[in-house]
Amino acid sequence: MNQSLNRIAAMTARYYYILRSSWLRLLEIVYWPAMQMMVWGFLYTYLYQSRSAMADTAGLLLGAVLLWDVLFRGQLGFTFTFLEEIWSRNLANLMMSPLKPAELAASLMLMSLIRLLIGTIPVTLLTLLLFGFNIYALGPGLLVFFLNLVLTGWAIGLVVAGLVIRQGLGAESLAYSIMIVLLPLCCVYYPVEALPLWLHPVAWSLTPTYVFEGMRAMLIHGVFRTDLMIACLALNAVYLGIGFTTFVLLLQSARHKGGLLTMGE
Amino acid sequence: MTRIAQLIPGKHPATGIPAPGNSPARSDADEVPAIAVEDLCKKYRTHWAVDDVNFIVPKGWTVGLLGGNGAGKTTTIAMIMGLVVPTFGRAMVLGCDMAKDRHKVLSRMNFESPYVALPGRLTVRENLMVFGRLYGVPDLKTRIAELIEEFGLGDVADRATGRLSAGQKTRVAVAKALINDPDVLLLDEPTASLDPDRAEWVRGRLRDYQRRRGATILLSSHNMPEVEQLCDFVVIMSHGRVVAMGRPRELAERFKCRDLDEVFIHLARVA
Repeated sequence: MNQSLNRIAAMTARYYYILRSSWLRLLEIVYWPAMQMMVWGFLYTYLYQSRSAMADTAGLLLGAVLLWDVLFRGQLGFTFTFLEEIWSRNLANLMMSPLKPAELAASLMLMSLIRLLIGTIPVTLLTLLLFGFNIYALGPGLLVFFLNLVLTGWAIGLVVAGLVIRQGLGAESLAYSIMIVLLPLCCVYYPVEALPLWLHPVAWSLTPTYVFEGMRAMLIHGVFRTDLMIACLALNAVYLGIGFTTFVLLLQSARHKGGLLTMGE
Repeated sequence: MTRIAQLIPGKHPATGIPAPGNSPARSDADEVPAIAVEDLCKKYRTHWAVDDVNFIVPKGWTVGLLGGNGAGKTTTIAMIMGLVVPTFGRAMVLGCDMAKDRHKVLSRMNFESPYVALPGRLTVRENLMVFGRLYGVPDLKTRIAELIEEFGLGDVADRATGRLSAGQKTRVAVAKALINDPDVLLLDEPTASLDPDRAEWVRGRLRDYQRRRGATILLSSHNMPEVEQLCDFVVIMSHGRVVAMGRPRELAERFKCRDLDEVFIHLARVA
């Protein structure tokens, strides 16, 4: 156990060294979410100050944008940290070391969390400062939303990392594009009722739907939907299990196919 | 065809010659060999990259794996490392099947290959620190200081690895390969990008390490004088198959050649 923790710590230190080596990389983590928040923040201000029916939805919109960013950045942080190994042609060094797949996954998760906190905390503070929208007013419920979204991001990140190992850098673009599939289906900006009836089961099979429904219940009715969050956590446990199994199977498949040694060439 | 069951640990597969002079293999004759490759095959789609390869490397020996481009050396080494799963046969390291139980022995092995690089943004010291921790090296700071001194990396220890010259990078990669004092060391063209002086210096380090630790080294190289200097035994591959093996001098005599270079060219033309 101690050795395992030591290896996870070694990998986390490795990713920390990369982050530390370039202030541009640090800036990039904050830059994108900050710019996105500016756009939505100004829209929020415009809607809030208008006297249209849309004024009531302004807070929902901004909350949804912030939480969607947690999901998106969580997955991106995981996958990009992994891609560093491919870009630097270091994967074979790791695969030949005593590092186990679960330890690699754990270190990627830890680093994704660190990147997420670096990117999210300044942006939420900026939102409060510039637009007066306080996401922290959601209280402890925010932590549950955050946790669920991060878990989903990791599950997807594991599958993408596995596909990159199996298929090579051709699968790299999935890191950016895979989350877009979820955007219309997990009801980020509208309730599930807005979808056609036949898409409801699909929407409820996706964990972010529970979070965004929960957020709306909280912002509109002031109610924390424990039932939704428990269902979401249970689903996330299943998806994380599937994600890790897929990662291990794709890694095993790559060992059959060959190419781990020359990955990144 | 030589079968692994017929091979005697501590003796060479083809000649039965006992391990060389001061090699620990002589006293470890009853132990499992450091590396045993049995009926090893790898098929990629329709192409057999490695086709029925058999050899053993007793503990404490330095064995050269030779062959032209596409001979199957890198695939063989990748299977010995467990990075590629054989289509048939198996590669055993210290008694463990590398397709199934590799995690039992990975901490006792290490490797260096030109196909693999160390993270370029990390400094030399940071890279050695990360890999030292991955391998669970005790008293890591002292070990890193030793390696930095031994490999003459003091001036560049705190410089990003990606900014070093090719020769410096090779020295860092070899230092990384020795960080855990491995019992089994796999080297893929360890001196490929070094000038003759530096290459000789690295060979000296490897020889010292092998003698000091009694380690087993399997190396692939195109540099025949290097192989003659370093290796107790060579395995020559062509088109995925072993076409000859023996001590460097014996091979030269067997094929009526002056040296291993001529043997290599002769076998390449025959194949």
